[in-house]
Amino acid sequence: MQIGYYPGCSQEGTAKEYDKSLREILKILNVDLTEIDDWSCCGATSAHVTSHKLSLALSARNLALAEKQGMKEIFAPCAACYNRLASSKTELQNHQEQKYEIETIIEEKINNIPEIYNIVNFFQKVGKEKITEKKKTDLKNLKAACYYGCLLVRPNGINTDDSEQPDSMEEIVKATGAQTVDWNFKLECCGAAHSIARTDIVVDLSKKILDDAQKHGANVMIVACPMCHSNLDMRQKNIKSKFSDYKVIPVLYLSELIGLALGLSKKELGIDTHFIEFDLPIKNNVQEEVSA
Amino acid sequence: MSHHNTTHVRTISDDISDITSQNPELCYQCGKCSAGCPLRNYMDEAPNVVVRYIQLGLYEKALNSATIWLCAGCLTCSSRCPKNFDLAKFMDAVREIALRNGIKVKDKNILKFHKAFLRQIKNHGRSWEMGLVKDYKMTSFDLFSDVENSPKMLLDGKLNIFPHNVKGKDKIKSIFEKTEVKKCK
Amino acid sequence: MKIGVFICHCGENIGRTVDCARVSKAAGFFPNVVHSVDYKYMCSDPGQNIIKQAIKDLQLDGVVVGSCSPHMHEKTFRKAVADAGVNPFLCEIANLREHVSWVHDDMDVATDKAIDLVRFAVEKVKRNAPLKTIQVPVTKRTLVIGGGISGIQAALDVANAGYEVVLVEKEPSIGGHMSQLSETFPTLDCSQCILTPRMVEVYQHPKIKLLTYSEVEKVEGFIGNFKVTIRKKARKVDDTKCTGCGDCMQKCPIKKKALSEFDENLTTRSAIYVPFPQAVPNIPVIDTEVCTYFKNGKCSMCKKVCGRDAIFFEQEDQMLTEEIGAIIVATGYKLYTIDKKPKNSEIKGYGEYGYGKYKDVIDGLQFERIASASGPTSGEFKRPSDGKEPKKIVFIQCVGSRDESKGFSYCSKICCMYTAKHAMLYKHKVHDGEAYVFYMDIRSGGKMYDEFVRRAIEEDGVKYIRGRVSRIYEENGKYIVKGEDTLAGVPVEIDADMVVLATAMIAQPEASKLAQTIGIPYDKYGYFVEVHPKLRPVESSSGGIFLAGACHSPRDIPDSVAMASAAAAKAMVLFGSDMLEREPTIALVNENLCAGCFYCKKVCAYNAIEVKQIFDRQGNFVKEVAYVNSGLCQGCGTCNATCPSKSIELIGYTDEQIYAEIAALM
Repeated sequence: MQIGYYPGCSQEGTAKEYDKSLREILKILNVDLTEIDDWSCCGATSAHVTSHKLSLALSARNLALAEKQGMKEIFAPCAACYNRLASSKTELQNHQEQKYEIETIIEEKINNIPEIYNIVNFFQKVGKEKITEKKKTDLKNLKAACYYGCLLVRPNGINTDDSEQPDSMEEIVKATGAQTVDWNFKLECCGAAHSIARTDIVVDLSKKILDDAQKHGANVMIVACPMCHSNLDMRQKNIKSKFSDYKVIPVLYLSELIGLALGLSKKELGIDTHFIEFDLPIKNNVQEEVSA
Repeated sequence: MSHHNTTHVRTISDDISDITSQNPELCYQCGKCSAGCPLRNYMDEAPNVVVRYIQLGLYEKALNSATIWLCAGCLTCSSRCPKNFDLAKFMDAVREIALRNGIKVKDKNILKFHKAFLRQIKNHGRSWEMGLVKDYKMTSFDLFSDVENSPKMLLDGKLNIFPHNVKGKDKIKSIFEKTEVKKCK
Repeated sequence: MKIGVFICHCGENIGRTVDCARVSKAAGFFPNVVHSVDYKYMCSDPGQNIIKQAIKDLQLDGVVVGSCSPHMHEKTFRKAVADAGVNPFLCEIANLREHVSWVHDDMDVATDKAIDLVRFAVEKVKRNAPLKTIQVPVTKRTLVIGGGISGIQAALDVANAGYEVVLVEKEPSIGGHMSQLSETFPTLDCSQCILTPRMVEVYQHPKIKLLTYSEVEKVEGFIGNFKVTIRKKARKVDDTKCTGCGDCMQKCPIKKKALSEFDENLTTRSAIYVPFPQAVPNIPVIDTEVCTYFKNGKCSMCKKVCGRDAIFFEQEDQMLTEEIGAIIVATGYKLYTIDKKPKNSEIKGYGEYGYGKYKDVIDGLQFERIASASGPTSGEFKRPSDGKEPKKIVFIQCVGSRDESKGFSYCSKICCMYTAKHAMLYKHKVHDGEAYVFYMDIRSGGKMYDEFVRRAIEEDGVKYIRGRVSRIYEENGKYIVKGEDTLAGVPVEIDADMVVLATAMIAQPEASKLAQTIGIPYDKYGYFVEVHPKLRPVESSSGGIFLAGACHSPRDIPDSVAMASAAAAKAMVLFGSDMLEREPTIALVNENLCAGCFYCKKVCAYNAIEVKQIFDRQGNFVKEVAYVNSGLCQGCGTCNATCPSKSIELIGYTDEQIYAEIAALM
């Protein structure tokens, strides 16, 4: 299988391990990623909160590049990039006049915008049974709280999953052999782009999310967004210093969890670069155990 | 009909309609947005009140609220709105108009962060976290937060010393020039 | 032909924008027009006299009135013309108000258009033929569909007037939703106490034929002359033998498998059951989906214990036909479901309230059952999950209504009142309990209604919070309800023991199917549509079919009962004469030309086209042609426009007349 790839800026920086783990597991699952040549930032939150046109134009440039490079489908692992690209696609398709204006701004034509996949849709397409087939590690000790965050299944209509009670990520996680927990704050906001300017807010909101997950029995958080990851992972130190009885919980990207199931090491997946150490017992060599 | 003919003066509400492709009058003030807003406790005005200000023509009040800058764009309101009113998009538009009108932003660090972020993209085409942090700290004078996290990130190779410049850098600059919101004179 | 033209000013309505004098002057020059005048109010007595006098003085045999819409005054003017001795169908209306003065500004242009429309009408009336109204006989029997409070009321009213009624109910018992209610607003009467005597009255009424567990399959015919086919579903119990002793239900080994519809799934029932103890008729039915006998034949306990040998496993559905003159549709409503959306439904459900996954988040009817003395908790407030008494209840209004995103944009009308009642009933029984109501607006129009809501707030201490709830989730056995008080502008979070969603009234899911079966229109929500919202609110647009209760729109018991009595009165008006008069402007087939393609039959919205076989004098079959049932035809002209061989004409609107009208405009 082959698919266009829009990594997003974080994948080159603070979320390097997200990119790294994805590339590692896709080698095993036989998926070729073709990076959009000369992709640029989607504009993220900062663009759409200050200029609607800027935001549309920045996303549109990437969609136009992908189309020009012959891509029919693109995969955007970052939930925020996915949301920007997918929302822009809807807007460009539904508002012709706006489309013409944006085409002039970016000096590119837009005709057939590629299909855009987020990480959950992407693994649905790859087929969760492929993960189960190639599973090498027993992850049943993991009780995962799947955290969708704000942008993976919202707004209604962009995504196929339910925007209030989603379960598509759980389906993928179950395919790795890990357990999932039912919890309340799968979709609650972590404070997102306020991480730096209003760390106080992000600390409060992240704590609520992490507490609820642990109260429902989770011992690991699974995320699909670099922003969510950095808030939930890095900000646990701030939480700990504010609330001394707070218990930390590791935060993994969905790709890292799949990587563990496929037998890759923490180092190969970049899990060692997280702020909260992942040290839950997992058993290697599922096959051996079964045959024994 | 003739007795209905009046001269319509363009309002901020019209500008919002144009940017968002939706009429602010759609909102019937049920407050479900405010009820579910994760940032509600940090806001000075409830989100539905900001919409109400626009509906009433009390534009100053709307544009000066901290609420519009605290909105994190999580879309909880938009996805639950019984009127299918995209409030997150509405908030984007109100911020844009506030910038256009040179309104003094209450939670100024939030805007400084966004501006620093956008400068990275304008200059390099992609976000460069090292530059972003440096830029933000220089403009916000918020010098000492998060310094303890940087050494680990540097060691893990997550903070790049040099920015990545995309080939189409000039094109991106021109996109910015054409679309950036500038303060009205 | 000698035609008179009469132009009405309609006070200022037409006169302000149309130069009526110029119109009447211009019309005076049209061929065949011998007289043309204008007058301020042509519909008034002096106005009508002008027409009558002109007919007499000038021996007019054609009249054109330029006035308001024919919907308004065609009847008035036709009658005036008839009084003066001219066939009423030789009078035509040119609509100078809705089509001209109300939609144009420029007087010159409007006047020109008015002149054109009058010329148009003159050309038509020249080709009009004198027509006679059609007379049809009336069968003085009424079919009432639906045995809820509306159907019961309508049936009793008609029957008490001395006419026969056939009452069809699809459930095993009559009583409808009202039988499930605890107490009723604003008087807090016990619902069953006031309803069950009516149910028994229906059962015992000599003029009412009660068919429960039955459905209308087919309706043929027309006003005064319907032939209705009814499916009497197999109860598997012989209703002529059963005494309703209940032994079978007691001994039925299946107790837990079927959820009780009457208790809104809060309890279970046996496989052979009556929905509730006061059911009418008190004859059980067997639910063949769960009954062991119908699964594998291994049980026949009910048959063994029945002392009357009334269990009849082999019983099959029966088809009955009834001759009917008037139909009253009273099929009621359903509640918006709080569960995840049913497939192929506009309903999306509320994921933010848990899609029904929390046992103590219930809907309004479930609350009624809990509050009811005949309910699963004998009227004690116990929550479904653990049977504990809830100390804090949150009521949420407008769930599924006024919500175009997840439900319907209309107001469900009764929820403000039933929620106030719920909160009140709760506070009356649980004195230390707290009740919160989240609302958007309180709509309590009605006699003593607003007083009732105020009483809940002022005397019973129910806290009303203005705002919609965003989310409900469970935490430590409590339900966290996140809202905002939009009046104070403060967020509100309540840890409730139970949440009641005031779910909207919605149309029955099969309503559109029934509407198609009986041939009445329905709106985008599935509610049946009246012919005029103000002046004919209980009549459907199909003659002889009347509407009652919540199948028309959300409404409460008093409104439903009033509407049912109105529908009954309309049926009785129909029965007031032995013959019915109908407009003669219907379609007519030229049997010589008709090729028998029956495109007309396909497009006819009123099932008015029938197949007629033509035989020659020796009795040999020649061909099949279309035949118009004059009772059913509404004169819409669709068949006329569709017919490829031009062999159907609409009397009074023939092709020749239409072409002449068009030519007059060119």
